[in-house]
Amino acid sequence: VSLATETAARPASKFRVTRSQRNVAWTGVVALIVVVVFAILPYIVYSSTTSILVQAFIVLTLASMWNLLAGYAGLVSVGQQAFVGLGAYFVLILAIHGTEPFLGLPVAVIGCAVAALPLWWLVSRLRTGYFAIATWVLAATVMLIIEKFSSIGGGTGMPLPGLGGFSPTLLTAYTYWAGLAVTVIALVTVYVLLRSRLGLALTAVRDDEVAARSSGARVGLARMLVFVVAGAGCGAAGAVLAISQLQVQPSAVFSVQWTAEMAFATIIGGLGTIEGPIIGTVVYMVLQQTLASYNAWYLIILGLVAMAVALFARRGLWGLVDSRLNLRLLPVGYWVRLEDERPRGRFSLRRG
Amino acid sequence: MAWVNAIIQGVLTGGLYALFACGLSLMFGVMKVVNLAHGDLAVLAGYFAIGIVAITHVPVLWSFVIVVPLMAVLGYVVQRTILQGALDRSVLTTLMVTFGLSVVIENGLLQFETANTRGIGTDLSLLTDSFSLGSQIQIAYLLVLIFAAAVVVLLGLQYFLSRSKYGRLIRAVADDKEAAQLAGADYRHVFGIAAAIAFGTVALSGMAYGMYSQLDPTAGTDTILLFAFAAVVIGGLGSLWGTLVGGVVLGVAQEIGAQINISDEVLAGFIVFLAVLVVRPQGLISRRAQQ
Repeated sequence: VSLATETAARPASKFRVTRSQRNVAWTGVVALIVVVVFAILPYIVYSSTTSILVQAFIVLTLASMWNLLAGYAGLVSVGQQAFVGLGAYFVLILAIHGTEPFLGLPVAVIGCAVAALPLWWLVSRLRTGYFAIATWVLAATVMLIIEKFSSIGGGTGMPLPGLGGFSPTLLTAYTYWAGLAVTVIALVTVYVLLRSRLGLALTAVRDDEVAARSSGARVGLARMLVFVVAGAGCGAAGAVLAISQLQVQPSAVFSVQWTAEMAFATIIGGLGTIEGPIIGTVVYMVLQQTLASYNAWYLIILGLVAMAVALFARRGLWGLVDSRLNLRLLPVGYWVRLEDERPRGRFSLRRG
Repeated sequence: MAWVNAIIQGVLTGGLYALFACGLSLMFGVMKVVNLAHGDLAVLAGYFAIGIVAITHVPVLWSFVIVVPLMAVLGYVVQRTILQGALDRSVLTTLMVTFGLSVVIENGLLQFETANTRGIGTDLSLLTDSFSLGSQIQIAYLLVLIFAAAVVVLLGLQYFLSRSKYGRLIRAVADDKEAAQLAGADYRHVFGIAAAIAFGTVALSGMAYGMYSQLDPTAGTDTILLFAFAAVVIGGLGSLWGTLVGGVVLGVAQEIGAQINISDEVLAGFIVFLAVLVVRPQGLISRRAQQ
């Protein structure tokens, strides 16, 4: 029996539309506790641990942005390193002119959002593969232009000034908190965005673009907004990167490796789910830390796993959990259920 | 005279870029696959050539005879396995899979061959000699050879696609694979053949690049993929001759950029690419304009 006949046969009052099959209010409480625990970590653990966690924060922020792009807006960008680099350079330029890097960070985020607009204008007409390579060319072009300015280090880069006043312990802790704050804000932004009308438009577009357009979803606007938010998010990660590395080097901050890391973490964890990038980041960090002494091997293995996941388990590790337990900790879709029965159908599924 | 020289060098380098773009264009035209591992596969072929010459001591130019068929077979296998698998799922999957392949090949080469640059046939006089045109213009035999190779490959492809039985099959499948399947053509096999041809040209371009410049694991994306893509977009999607025009425009733009400021070579090419993207996104020679 299809949902349509079911719905036709019953009065409207018999239906309930909910966000999730189960009550997941406790997810919010758990998330809050997790954030609090992470926030007090610098008082408990050594700085070697927090600096590894800063790396994880950067990857998680990047991955959730890439998830928004590829998993919800259908925009596979291979040029997000443009924003990582721009974020780092905005912090550097502000620091050279006397703004403390921690205060420069939010300015850098706004700067990246603004920079995303002309870049979107350049690539917005392209789709799928051509969009992917065009963003890559854009990232290379942005790097080549930045390398022309010798006052910000030219092709070799320069150390980040303005942090000499902090004691090493305090600097590590502040960097950690900055990273944590960026990640939490990024995740909350993505979650709120996907639960809004825009999120509904995006999921509708992803499921059937023609139908979505004809129902009045403003597809172009939605995609642009996603590109801008993702640019700002990747810029924030780049700013944290600059602060944690204490130097900015063009070939490092504009490396396509950033896109590889964010894409692989997202694909492995589960594309098109909020939980996916979190799980993917954990997998990424475990592999990276275990294989740290084997140079590029962690990227090779991550790449192979991501290829296998893309081919054989499209919804990633979280998809495996979800398909068994029907569990969504951070629901962004809708469920339609009959009041006296188990759920029959779902609108805006996160399945592709 | 320096400007004339820049333009001549640019046109000839354009042949190399057209050769880069050939495989990318063919794979997109037939399978609608944008192969993000395109450049890394070319570099891989170059490393194959270096390895084969080192092991068997065959003359450098003979290594083509081994590497091109080898890559063609690899192309058929890759298409029938992972690319077809990705295509059966979605276009986005093909992007993720080929991007994964790109990263795996690049880092694999870094791991096994180190980041040092390697040249192909640097001791061969044919590849290093040049002739003079007037007093100020030096033209390398190698560049002329590569340009000629690009024209031959494009002519050959054009002839193959329009005249031969397999060419007709490829065009039929590219137009409508379900209809071709109903008419008895196994489109998966035809895709494999097209990929084999594309990988053959990829091998040629990788080896040509190894002779023209130096190979290193990152050249596949930084240079070959991005230049190939720029050439395809400038020339117009899906047009083989447009690819040559695109390559030449890119080459000339780079040489003129280098003439203004030696460090602006690559940037000048990308800026022309972006300008074309804004002003004429269908490319300088679009299929519609040709008809």
